[in-house]
Amino acid sequence: MNVSMEFLVASGIGWVTACGVFLMLRGRSFPVVLGLTLIGYAVNVFIFAMGRLWTGAQPIIGNGEVVADPLPQALVLTAIVIGFATTGFVIELALRSHHESGTDQVDGKEPGA
Amino acid sequence: MNPLATIVLLPLLAGTLLCFGLGRDNSPARRTLTALAAGSVTVAALALLLSLAPQVLAGQTLIAHTDWVPSLGLSIGWRLDGLALLFALLITGIGLLIVIYAHFYLAASDPAGKFYTLLMLFMAAMLGVVMSDNIMLLVVFWELTSVSSFLLVGYWGHKEEARAGARMALAVTGGGGLVMLAGFILLGQVAGTYELSELLTRGDLIKADPLYPLLLGLILVGCFTKSAQVPFHFWLPEAMAAPTPVSAYLHSATMVKAGVFLLARLYPALGGTDLFEGVVASFGLATVAFAAWVAIFKHDMKALLAYSTVSHLGFITFLIGLGSPLSAVAAVFHVLNHATFKAALFMSAGIIDHETGTRDLRRLGGLYRLMPWTATFAMTAAAAMAGIPLFNGFLSKEMFFHEAVESTLPWGVAVPVIATLAGIFSMAYSVRLVHATFFNGAPKDLPPDAHPHDPPIGMLAPVALLAVLCVVVGVLPAVTYGPLVQVAASALLGTAPPEYHLAIWHGFNLPLLMSAIAVAGGLALYFTLQKSFGLPGYTPQRWSGKASFTCLMDSLFALAARLTGRIENGSLQRSLALMVLLVLILAVAPFGAADRLPEAGSRTLLDAPPLAIVVWALLLAAGAALVWTHHARFQAVVLTGVVGLVTALTFVALSAPDLALTQLSVEVVSTVLLLMGLALLPQTSPRESTSLRHGRDAALALAAGGGVAALAWLMLTRDHSSISWFFLDNTLPGGGGTNAVNVILVDFRGYDTFGEITVLGIAALGALALLDGLRVKRPTVDTAGRAWTFEQQPLMLRVAARIVLPLALVVSAYIFWRGHNLPGGGFIAGLVTAVALVLQFMALGQARAESVLHGAAGRRFSRWIGSGLAIAGLTGVGAFVFGKPFLTSAHGHPTVAVLGELPLASAAVFDLGVYITVVGATLLMLSVLGAASKESHG
Repeated sequence: MNVSMEFLVASGIGWVTACGVFLMLRGRSFPVVLGLTLIGYAVNVFIFAMGRLWTGAQPIIGNGEVVADPLPQALVLTAIVIGFATTGFVIELALRSHHESGTDQVDGKEPGA
Repeated sequence: MNPLATIVLLPLLAGTLLCFGLGRDNSPARRTLTALAAGSVTVAALALLLSLAPQVLAGQTLIAHTDWVPSLGLSIGWRLDGLALLFALLITGIGLLIVIYAHFYLAASDPAGKFYTLLMLFMAAMLGVVMSDNIMLLVVFWELTSVSSFLLVGYWGHKEEARAGARMALAVTGGGGLVMLAGFILLGQVAGTYELSELLTRGDLIKADPLYPLLLGLILVGCFTKSAQVPFHFWLPEAMAAPTPVSAYLHSATMVKAGVFLLARLYPALGGTDLFEGVVASFGLATVAFAAWVAIFKHDMKALLAYSTVSHLGFITFLIGLGSPLSAVAAVFHVLNHATFKAALFMSAGIIDHETGTRDLRRLGGLYRLMPWTATFAMTAAAAMAGIPLFNGFLSKEMFFHEAVESTLPWGVAVPVIATLAGIFSMAYSVRLVHATFFNGAPKDLPPDAHPHDPPIGMLAPVALLAVLCVVVGVLPAVTYGPLVQVAASALLGTAPPEYHLAIWHGFNLPLLMSAIAVAGGLALYFTLQKSFGLPGYTPQRWSGKASFTCLMDSLFALAARLTGRIENGSLQRSLALMVLLVLILAVAPFGAADRLPEAGSRTLLDAPPLAIVVWALLLAAGAALVWTHHARFQAVVLTGVVGLVTALTFVALSAPDLALTQLSVEVVSTVLLLMGLALLPQTSPRESTSLRHGRDAALALAAGGGVAALAWLMLTRDHSSISWFFLDNTLPGGGGTNAVNVILVDFRGYDTFGEITVLGIAALGALALLDGLRVKRPTVDTAGRAWTFEQQPLMLRVAARIVLPLALVVSAYIFWRGHNLPGGGFIAGLVTAVALVLQFMALGQARAESVLHGAAGRRFSRWIGSGLAIAGLTGVGAFVFGKPFLTSAHGHPTVAVLGELPLASAAVFDLGVYITVVGATLLMLSVLGAASKESHG
C-alpha cells in the first residue's frame, strides 16, 4: 500500500497536537510555552491544509496551469508571525511570573505550598 | 427641537449636567444654586407640558418620531395623550414640590449635587417611560428608572440598610424589567410593530395570538414588580431606607406608578379579556387587602406608609384589571388622588423624623400641641387616605366599592367583602398613624436635643399645598381633576368613557354603606387592637417576602460558590485539562448524534516520496523525545526547533515557499527568544506529576491529537471549493503582482493584514510593559556547574556578524522588492532583517548592539512599531485622496532608464509599513529580554 502525503500530514498534525496538549498540561511555565509553540505549528499546518495539498504548484501566476490555493497560505503567513509574537509574550510573562512569585509553577506557588 | 423631546431632554441633559456641575462644591451657596437649577429645569418642563395641555385636553394625541435603528424597528418616538399628560404632570408637579422640600430636608453634610443630579435623572427616566411611543424606548427608560432609583435609595451609602434596600429594589424591579423586555419582544413580534400608536390599534390581533397568554404573563411580571403587587411587594418597605423626599417622590407618586401606568397604557392592546381581568384584578384585590392589613402592624411611620402604598397600588391595579369604563375613570382618578395625599404624608413623616429624630409610632405621641400646622396638614392627608367624605380619597374609594359590587370576577360576593375589609384596614392604619403620632399622650424617649416644632416654610409649604388640594378636589372633583381624568381614561380605554359624574353625593346606595362600615369598622378595629391586644408591643415573627428573598439570594450565592469551588479550585492545570475535555466533548458530540461516522472522501491523494516518510518519522521521533525529555529544558528547545523545521519542510514540499521562508526565519528568532528566556528561568523542570496525572494528561492529549488528525484526514481526502480562485484570477490584473499570497496580504486582504501587524505591535508592547525595568539575576553556572562567561564574544562570531549584516540587509531588501511577484515580501524581509540584527546582539553583546541601534533597552523600538503602523495606515488613508475606500491600491509599470520596466504598486508602501513593524516588534521582544538580564551579573 502506498502511503499518501495526506496521511502523513494529517497524522503529523495530530501527533504534534498531542505533544503540545501534553506539554501544556504540565505544571511549570516553560513546558507550557513549548506546548503552545507546538500547538501553534499544528494549527498553522492545519489551516494551511484547508487549501488541500499540492506539489509543484506554487501560487505564482504564470507558473503553470495548476496552482495551490493561496488564501490559506496568506492567512497562515500572518499567523506564523503572530504566533511568534505570542510565544515571545508568553515567555516574558513566564519570566515576570517567576520573578514575582519566586517559582515557575503556573499557579504562582510551589505544589503543596 | 420638538417640544415633546424637549420635555424629556430638559431634565436628562440640562438638569443632570447643571446639578452635577453646580453641586460639585457643597457650600451653602452652591447647594441653593443646585436646588434652584433643579427647580428651574422642572418648572421649564412643567411649563412646556402645560403649554401643550390644551391640545391634549381637547382630545388630540401629540406624536413625534425620529428614526433610531430603522432596520430593527426602533425609533425615538414621543407621545403625549391624556394618560401621558396626567402622569407627566404628576412627575413634574410633585417633582417640583420635592425639589423645594428636599432643599430644606437634606442636612448640610449631605451632598446636594449628587441628590439633585440623581433626582433629575430619575425625573427624565419617568418622563421617558410615560411619553415613549416606542415600547423598546420605553424599556430603556424603564430600566433607567430602576437604576436611578437604586442610586437614590442608596443615597446614604454609608448605611447598611440603605445599601441592602437599594440592592433589593434593583434586583426585583430590574429583574422584572428584564422579564418584561422578553414580553415586549414577543408583543412586537406578534403585533408586527414596536410603535405604540400602531400597536394600540392591533389589540384583536394580539389577543387572538396563541402567544398572548405568555407575553401577557411576562409583561405583567414587569408591571407587578414595579408596582409592588403581592408577591413582589416586599422590596418597597425595604426601599424606605431612602431619604424621605425620595420615598415621597419615587415610592408614592411616580416610580411605583410606572407599573400601573404600563397596565393602563397597554390596556387597549392587552386588556379586556377574561384572562387579563382575572389575573390583574385578582392580584390587585389580594394586594389591597393584604397590604392594608400588614400596614396596621407597622411601627415605623414610613413602613406603614409603604404598605399603605402597596395597598393603594393594588387598588389601582384592581380597577385597571376590571376595565369597565367607569373603573378606568376610577383608576386614573385614584392615581392622582393617591399621589396627592401620599406625597403629603411622606413629607409629613420626613418633617416629624427631622424634628423628633424618630419615626417609631411607639415612641411618638402628642405632637399636635407641638407642631399644629404639620399635624393639621398630615391629618387632612390621612383623612383622604382613609376615605373620609369631603376628602379626595373618599371619591375614588366610593367608585372602588361601586366597581367591586358590580364586578364580574368569578369570586362572586367575596369581591365586595374583601373590598370592604380592605376599607376597614385602611381606616385602621390611617387612624393609627394620626392617633399614635399627634395624640396618645406625650412623646417618649426622644433624643435629648429634640425640640419638636413646625418646620421652616419651605418644608411645610409643599405639604400644605397638597393637603389643600386633597380638600379642594374632595369638594369640587369635576372642575379640578375632572378634565384630566376624562382624557386619561379615554386614552386608557382607547375610546371616550360613557358619561359619568365625579361628585360627592350619589344618594344612599351600597357603596355608601360599605364606606360607612369601613369607617366605623376601622375605628373599632384600631382601638380594639390598641387596648386589648397591645398593638404597640406587637413584633411580627413570621414568614415574610423579604426573608424569602434574602434566603433565595443567599442560597443562590452559596450555590454559585459551591459550583465555582467544585470546578475552579485555583489550579490552572486543572482548569486547562477541563477545558480540553470540554472541547473534546463538544467536538465529538455531533458525531455521536449522527447516524454514521463520516468516511474518508474520494479526492485523488498524493503519493508520498520516501524522503517525506523519513521526515515524518523524524517528526514523530522529535515529538516523542520532546515529551519524554522535556524536563531538560535546553534539549526541549532544540527538539521544538526540529518540529519547526519539519513544519518549514512541509511548506516547501507542498507549494508554499512564502510560508517556508517565514517559518524558517521565525524559527531562528523564536529559538533565540526561548533560549534567552530560559537563561533566566530554572534550567530543568522537576519531576512532580504523579503517574495518574501523567496517564490523565496522556489520554487527553492523545484524544485531542487523534481528533485533530481525524478531522484533517477527513478534510484532506475531500475536494474543496474556494473563493481563492477569484483571487488567483485577479492577482495580476487587480493587484499588479504575480505572487498571489503577497497580493492577498497587502492588497485584497490588506485590512486584515493591517489588523494583524497591529496585534503584533500590541504583543511586543505588552512584552515591554511586562519586563520594562525588570532586572533578573542571571545564573553564573549552568546545570553541570560550569561557569558562564559573559564578557568576551567569540572572535569568529564578531567577524561573521560584521560581514553578514550588510549582506543580510541587501538580501532582505531584495526579498522585500520581489515579494509582489515572487516569494518574499514585507513579513519575510522583516524577519530576515531581524535575524541579522539579532546576530549583532549575539556577537557584539547587548550593550553595544543597543547603542548602535539606539535601542534604549527596547523602549525605542516601540517607535519603529509606531512608524511602521503609521506608514501602513497612511497608505490606506491615501486611497481617500483618490476618492477610493481605505487601503485601495494602485499600481503601474513605468519604464525607467537603465533599470528597465519597474513594477510599482502602492501596496509596496503598505508592505514597507509591514516590514518596519515586524522588525520593530521582533527587536523589541529580544531587546527587553536582553535588558532584563543585563546587569547584576556575578
